[in-house]
Amino acid sequence: MQPTHPEDLGPILLEVNNIEVVYKDIIQVLRGVSLKVPEGHITALLGPNGAGKTTTLRAISGLLVPEDGEVVSGSILYRGENIANKPPEAIVLKGIVQVPEGRRVFKHLTVEENLRVGAATRRDREVRQDLERIYHYFPKLAMLKNRLAGYCSGGEQQMLAIGRALLARPRLLLLDEPSLGLAPLLVREIFDIVAQINAEEGVSVLVVEQNARVALSVAHYGYIMESGRIALEGSRAYLEENPDVKEFYLGVAKSGGRKSFKDVKSYRRRKRFM
Amino acid sequence: MSDFFQFLISGIAVGSIYALAALGFVLIYKSSRVINFAHGQLIAIGAFIAYALAAWLKLPIALALLAAVLATGLLGFVVERVFLKRLVGQPIISVIMVTIGLASVLDGLMYLTPFGSGNFSYPAFLPQEPLRLAGITVSYPQLLAVGFTALFLLLFGWFFQRSTLGISMRAVADDQMASMSVGVSVEKVFALAWAVAGVTAASAGMVVGTVSGLNQDSLIAIGLAVFPAVILGGLDSIPGAVVGGITIGVLQNLAAGYLNRFVPGGGTELVIPFVVLLVVLWFRPHGLFGTEEIERV
Repeated sequence: MQPTHPEDLGPILLEVNNIEVVYKDIIQVLRGVSLKVPEGHITALLGPNGAGKTTTLRAISGLLVPEDGEVVSGSILYRGENIANKPPEAIVLKGIVQVPEGRRVFKHLTVEENLRVGAATRRDREVRQDLERIYHYFPKLAMLKNRLAGYCSGGEQQMLAIGRALLARPRLLLLDEPSLGLAPLLVREIFDIVAQINAEEGVSVLVVEQNARVALSVAHYGYIMESGRIALEGSRAYLEENPDVKEFYLGVAKSGGRKSFKDVKSYRRRKRFM
Repeated sequence: MSDFFQFLISGIAVGSIYALAALGFVLIYKSSRVINFAHGQLIAIGAFIAYALAAWLKLPIALALLAAVLATGLLGFVVERVFLKRLVGQPIISVIMVTIGLASVLDGLMYLTPFGSGNFSYPAFLPQEPLRLAGITVSYPQLLAVGFTALFLLLFGWFFQRSTLGISMRAVADDQMASMSVGVSVEKVFALAWAVAGVTAASAGMVVGTVSGLNQDSLIAIGLAVFPAVILGGLDSIPGAVVGGITIGVLQNLAAGYLNRFVPGGGTELVIPFVVLLVVLWFRPHGLFGTEEIERV
């Protein structure tokens, strides 16, 4: 039987309950978002531009604060504790690390220095081993370890940003649009490595993507967000079979063949998911 | 020829003072992109605290210097916590304006103390006789300046290249949001930068005091004298601050020694460093060692 609730996959690691987020005290971006991330699995958060996906991730990681945003209602429970509006460094220590959109590597630091910043909050002595593990998953980074990150390609920077986050030893890794601006083959490679890390290291992943096809290829469970709300959720198989998801996010029309953009637009106006 | 070496050695000694004064300035710029206009005031306060402890409380000079360094470091920390913390995330120019205001306030407070006017000098603790080597004279205070600069250069070199905290400070300078995303506390990094800047400022102030006596206006002026040095070396480079400082010091001494006799009234030592500065910036707008913006194409 197909899992129809995130609970069917495993214990819930993170539970976002009906949160509303407001920027600069006035601009409301999220209108009651709820979602659950099962431990040890990959959860995808999909949706069009401006739906509030990035804001949802930032609310979880605490990175709303530098953007002057705030969770004004609802709760974010991580292993039973409400972490809404906590500072990002406290949330990293609890085990949630976000890879920011657009990679944001430290351009003037070498690849290895970037990775070491990832481990800056750690007090244990296993950083060296963890560095080797990252080089094992991303052999390209091992070859580039002394290069300035600013001179690495987009794909290498994305791998570096993920590696840097992993060095903080997250229990939950948040990925924001890892496919942004990358060639399809590279996107495939990066998602495969993420799936491999999830399977071998047991790191839970919540990935925000516009590219629904590639995200659903590795995710176990998915949410679709529109205009600041969750519009649809389900297991990967359920979402892949859903006719609306097929049409709007996977680009497959009901009749086969592509519809003209104009038709899609008018159809969208008549019927969204809600 | 021995004239030339004498000018060179004196230039290196003066340049070391510029370099020492420049280090704290560069440190703050490097981690937060803030230009600290109150740096001269930190230098003066450090020097005066050391004087007060040594001359009034009769502490042994080494202890007085150490205590002054720590106290000024604490002052830097407090300034950051009280005035600048709430400006994190605001435009850099606001923070720079606050440092200008801070400079005025600290100036005013110093005028209220006995140090506001007059000249002071530390109780003599170094041999008065200068060292003579192959016809070149070097005074002990000059050696002290060179020694302090070398010590801090080595410490900072290790700190920023090797230690995790130092690398995190560079990361914060590079991208604050990304640093937060892996749990680096941007606030702690800024507070630390100001504390260490206070420590180097006090060291610079004490060296200046030993070399040429203590006077509020001339100590504060050193805060501005570092500008050509740091711009020449590159605003965010520690080795750049040292190379820039020593270059300016040597140029000043050579100009005073060789050019002043051709110019009625002299004063070429005040001009030549800026001529060189302009030429260098023409070819290297980021300074000799400054970080160039990386743009991928």
